[in-house]
Amino acid sequence: MIRPDAELLLEITDLHAAVEDKPILKGVNLQVRAGEIHAVMGRNGSGKSTLSKVLAGHPAYRVTGGSVRYRSQDLFELEPEERARLGVFLGFQYPVEIPGVSNLEFLRVATNARREKQGSEELDTFAFEDHVREKLAVVQMDPAFLERSVNEGFSGGEKKRNEILQMALLEPVVSILDETDSGLDIDALRIVAGGVNQLATTDNATLLITHYQRLLDEITPDYVHVMAAGRILRTGGRELALELEQTGYDWVDKELAAQGVA
Amino acid sequence: MVSSVLAPVQERGRAALERLGLPTRRQEAWRLTDLKRLAAVAALPPCSTSVRHALPAPSEGVLRLVLDGSQPSLEGQVWPQGFSLLNHADLEQVLGQILDHCGCAEAWPVEFNHASSHQLLALRIHGKVPPLELVLSGGDGLVATRVILILDEKADLDLLEVVLAEGVSAHSHVIEVHIGQEAELRHGFLATADGQASLLAHLAVEQAPRSRYAFTSVVTGWSLGRIEPRVVQLEGQAETTLKGLAMSSAEQQLATHTAVRFDGPEGEFDQLQKCLASGQSHTIFNGAIDVPRVAQRTNAAQLSRNLLLSGQARVDTKPELEIVADDVRCAHGATVSQLQEDELFYLQSRGIGASDAAALLLRGACQEVIEQLPSPAQAWQPLNRVMESLDR
Ligand SMILES: Nc1ncnc2c1ncn2[C@@H]1O[C@H](COP(=O)(O)OP(=O)(O)OP(=O)(O)O)[C@@H](O)[C@H]1O
Ligand SMILES: [Mg+2]
Repeated sequence: MIRPDAELLLEITDLHAAVEDKPILKGVNLQVRAGEIHAVMGRNGSGKSTLSKVLAGHPAYRVTGGSVRYRSQDLFELEPEERARLGVFLGFQYPVEIPGVSNLEFLRVATNARREKQGSEELDTFAFEDHVREKLAVVQMDPAFLERSVNEGFSGGEKKRNEILQMALLEPVVSILDETDSGLDIDALRIVAGGVNQLATTDNATLLITHYQRLLDEITPDYVHVMAAGRILRTGGRELALELEQTGYDWVDKELAAQGVA
Repeated sequence: MVSSVLAPVQERGRAALERLGLPTRRQEAWRLTDLKRLAAVAALPPCSTSVRHALPAPSEGVLRLVLDGSQPSLEGQVWPQGFSLLNHADLEQVLGQILDHCGCAEAWPVEFNHASSHQLLALRIHGKVPPLELVLSGGDGLVATRVILILDEKADLDLLEVVLAEGVSAHSHVIEVHIGQEAELRHGFLATADGQASLLAHLAVEQAPRSRYAFTSVVTGWSLGRIEPRVVQLEGQAETTLKGLAMSSAEQQLATHTAVRFDGPEGEFDQLQKCLASGQSHTIFNGAIDVPRVAQRTNAAQLSRNLLLSGQARVDTKPELEIVADDVRCAHGATVSQLQEDELFYLQSRGIGASDAAALLLRGACQEVIEQLPSPAQAWQPLNRVMESLDR
């Protein structure tokens, strides 16, 4: 939902970032207000995951220019864990397996870290079990997954559900979901999309990185952005995604050439 | 428990030590050892006052015995059904025999133990018995303990050995185990100290056909720690599992030297050794597997996984395969890595602080071995003990 007077949650200005010495983000501009859902699309390798990881604070990526303000704080002043506690959430394209660490324990520690910042009371093991069971319903996930190690041996789709379960527990302000739809079967896609819709409120915002209209049929975006060569090349409404479905990305090359980029 | 049979053993041990002298760098098995620390251990006086450690209440149904190298008798000990002390004649016959079978004769730590120990616990196990917990507790100076266990045919035992020590002191331990046909032993070895004490432990195990032996060691916090499990499948056709965790910090040196030999066909062997080294510490793993011609159709797998937690820590890992039989499966591998950046970042991105995230990952890495310890270990909260030792 677009409300021009809603709180500006995320303000990305001319963001540049590099891996080692290779520039990847080359001037990203984006503003996200409370209540909005943004879809970010674009070819493989265009920099979508890099943008999401820079926002979450992955140490492999170096910010080389520009700024990001999160609720009018300088995001880059904050450690990754601090960003998470303040409500920035990244749903990973490739969730990481952590053998030997129980999913339940992991979820509890993470939830309590966020709750402390929210001013909510810490949940002990018992209280948390009840709490997490409620949230499991959001993604219709089997409680058996709580007993296993974090993501270890989970199927692709199960890992993605586990990401959304974490989102449900952490009640983020800005969620960046990197290809949460890939690897999901048709039913799972509906369930996960349903979960995301359920969690979207007028006070938070979602950035959906996706390749497919299918997800956007379930979650209606307010804005659609197309990334290319480390920038947002075009922004439109939901019709832009439908158009892409028809035309593909051929026009991207022309436009980049016209702008003198590669 | 104390036994006159030990007097001649002590005599021979002392003579052997004189003959052998201290190990030197030229001996392969000692090449990486901090020999200064070994010399310091050898020079320690015998323990004069043993420390009374506060022990957690044992798990229910567990028979706990405390050995401190001095206390002479277990008189009045009530033995549950299936446990009995070896009588003098049996003892004369069996003493040292398993060590010989396992190729431990003349090994310096064994002779060192012989020369110093005057306490011996020798037990026979019959049938399925309650879990046994041996607390090997130290004091000042040198404590030496020696144990012999004979598992009769079809016997079934959970054994946990817990070694505790603190301050400038050392513990020398030798255990000999015979596992009869179709018998089963789950053997845990939990050895934690405060970074000053040293440990030399030698474990000689012989297995009759169709027996099963699962050994899990968790070793941390020793200035110089060396444990040497040596297993022989007397006629093959047995199952052996070795799981080891050595976690070193500060300036500790922890060495695990395992040796498994198959003196018959169709033996099964599975090994996982994990070493975690932080600070300026050093872990060493040497895993010998000996498959002579008689050991056709042996199936063995060895994996050594190592985590380097600091730039100054050091890990040495070496498989030592001696395979003569031709129809054999023997897989082995070794990895050395650091804490994975992606795993750390994943945890951090969920609000978990960097140092908590690292601790969580370490707990995870240790858990894989720790959860294999036999049931009495629970009372000791092994995971917490290990993590505390890292913090020290
Ligand atoms: N850690 C890294 N090391 C080296 N190159 C990297 C790294 N991360 C990203 N890149 C490079 O940066 C570019 C952008 O990658 P990114 O993962 O952001 O693309 P993407 O838009 O998410 O693609 P996809 O749709 O395939 O997920 C690619 O060329 C990629 O190879
Ligand atoms: Mg991507």
